Amino acid sequence: MHHHSPIERVLRGIALLIVVLFFMFPIFWILLMSLQTNETILRSPPSIVFEPTLSNYAAIIAGRLDSNVASMGIDFMSNLMNSVILSVGSVALALVLGVPAAYAFARHKFRGSEDIAFTLLSFRFAPPLLVLLPLTLYFQQIGLADTYFGLIWVYQLICLPLILWIVRGYFEDISPDVEHAYRIAGHSWFSTFRRISLPLAAPGIAAAALLAFIFAWNNFIFALVLASADKQPVTVGALAFVTASGIQYGQIAAAVVLSITPTLALALYAQRYLVEGLSLGAVKG
Amino acid sequence: MTDTTPAVPARRRLRVSSKLFPYLLSLPALLVCIGILIPFFTAVWYSLQKYRLSQPWNRGMNWGDNYLNFLTDSSFWNTLQVSLTYAFLTVGLELLLGLGIALLLQKRTRLNNFISIMLLMPLMTAPALAALMFKLMTNPNFGILSYFAQVLGFADMRWASDPSTALLTVVLVDIWVYTPFIMILLLAGLRSLPTQPFEAAALDGVPRLQQFWRITLPMLMPYVLTAALFRLLDSIQQFDIIYAMTQGGPGDQLMVFQVEAYLNFFQSTNVGRSAALLLVLWAITFFLSNLFIKNWLRLRERARGEV
Repeated sequence: MHHHSPIERVLRGIALLIVVLFFMFPIFWILLMSLQTNETILRSPPSIVFEPTLSNYAAIIAGRLDSNVASMGIDFMSNLMNSVILSVGSVALALVLGVPAAYAFARHKFRGSEDIAFTLLSFRFAPPLLVLLPLTLYFQQIGLADTYFGLIWVYQLICLPLILWIVRGYFEDISPDVEHAYRIAGHSWFSTFRRISLPLAAPGIAAAALLAFIFAWNNFIFALVLASADKQPVTVGALAFVTASGIQYGQIAAAVVLSITPTLALALYAQRYLVEGLSLGAVKG
Repeated sequence: MTDTTPAVPARRRLRVSSKLFPYLLSLPALLVCIGILIPFFTAVWYSLQKYRLSQPWNRGMNWGDNYLNFLTDSSFWNTLQVSLTYAFLTVGLELLLGLGIALLLQKRTRLNNFISIMLLMPLMTAPALAALMFKLMTNPNFGILSYFAQVLGFADMRWASDPSTALLTVVLVDIWVYTPFIMILLLAGLRSLPTQPFEAAALDGVPRLQQFWRITLPMLMPYVLTAALFRLLDSIQQFDIIYAMTQGGPGDQLMVFQVEAYLNFFQSTNVGRSAALLLVLWAITFFLSNLFIKNWLRLRERARGEV
């Protein structure tokens, strides 16, 4: 559209380079740290020339940290497992609960439907601690305090509104005529929903599920308040790991790398869906 | 539901079931949410009480005292000030940066698309872990950022542990994580703008800077507003980055609402004050979220209309 002078193109190039450096450098640097021993990390001045080692990863996977002072067990792998259970579990539950509700909100303007949809959405914006703090006391009373289920239920605060609002938009885009035609042909609403509406809204459901998974994985505050030590996901586990391991910087970096790899990989793999979900339905891909 | 009955009753049954049907479909989601509304009202109840976990015998209603006390409580005003400063500083800077980057990447070239996908990575990083990464990078002994600061002449820069740079450090982490969000939304907005006004302006020889101020920015405004409100809502409630970085310290430099409320609850076990703090925050977010939802729906309608 525009004609750029050579000077301008160089300036734009430099600006882009700075942007890429700023946003990529921390990930790159932590990755490098995770491949170094403490000796090379502590060198001054820092240098990117070193002999890479996988010993930090080996120590975390084996669950043993050996320093010259002592050897201690650390269970970071179970944090990773917890993250998987909590994120997959909450997305699955949110899909089961949210997709039918999204369909109802999209197709039937029943009494109070807008109010309910807005109430559900406003959960996304309320301070999470407001709900979490009373819940800690309740959870102890009703015995949910030490369970995956209790956490997965609370994670619905993040996952459900996302699923509901993104998927609802997709259902609204499907013309009801297709469904009517199928129903007139003598099929029940359930089979219409399953055979017609669900497949047509599949891209939206995928985008919403992907975003919900990432938000659940990255969540920190819910698990910090509610999870007991053996149910903690990586976000909380990594922080505890820092306190426990003290100066094992290489292993801390390796733990961070292990914790962020799943979401980064998933994001890169499914970036098209992601951009669509992230732009809040303000654009259709 | 097999329809073997004659046509008329079948149609009636269909109407009845389709009236109940939406309620049935949304019932499970509603039940889960009612389960979440209960603690909300409990929190309101707590906020009207004198309630310390460490002194259960001393518990009782004090109605609005927790809120009235805020008026003369300097640490409350500090919390409000820190939260607002943090929110406006992060969102302001992220808007400027995000808009700048979106403008750089506006053309749909392969390189630009590749870069915009790479820039998603910070956004996909858990904020608490991002804070941890920056903590490693600002370590006084080996942190690469501390080294850079030293090279630039700031020897002994102590980042998050120094009261004068603590806010700057957490704002930096926030910018790193969330600027890509604003960039993506604004990029989507920029690329969806109609081309005719720009073509007309180019024909008339309108300078590019003027095109930006007179055409691009006004047309992009709904996107800017939606992004800003969405981020403000999140930012004023920031917990992860600040808690993982300094737990609100040094001193009370970074005592934003949620960190203060968390420490009130778990360290000083002052449930009443903690709940009241969170309700003040809730009132702010409720106001902002209404504004946001209104803007967002209008934007979504527009996007729908263009397809």
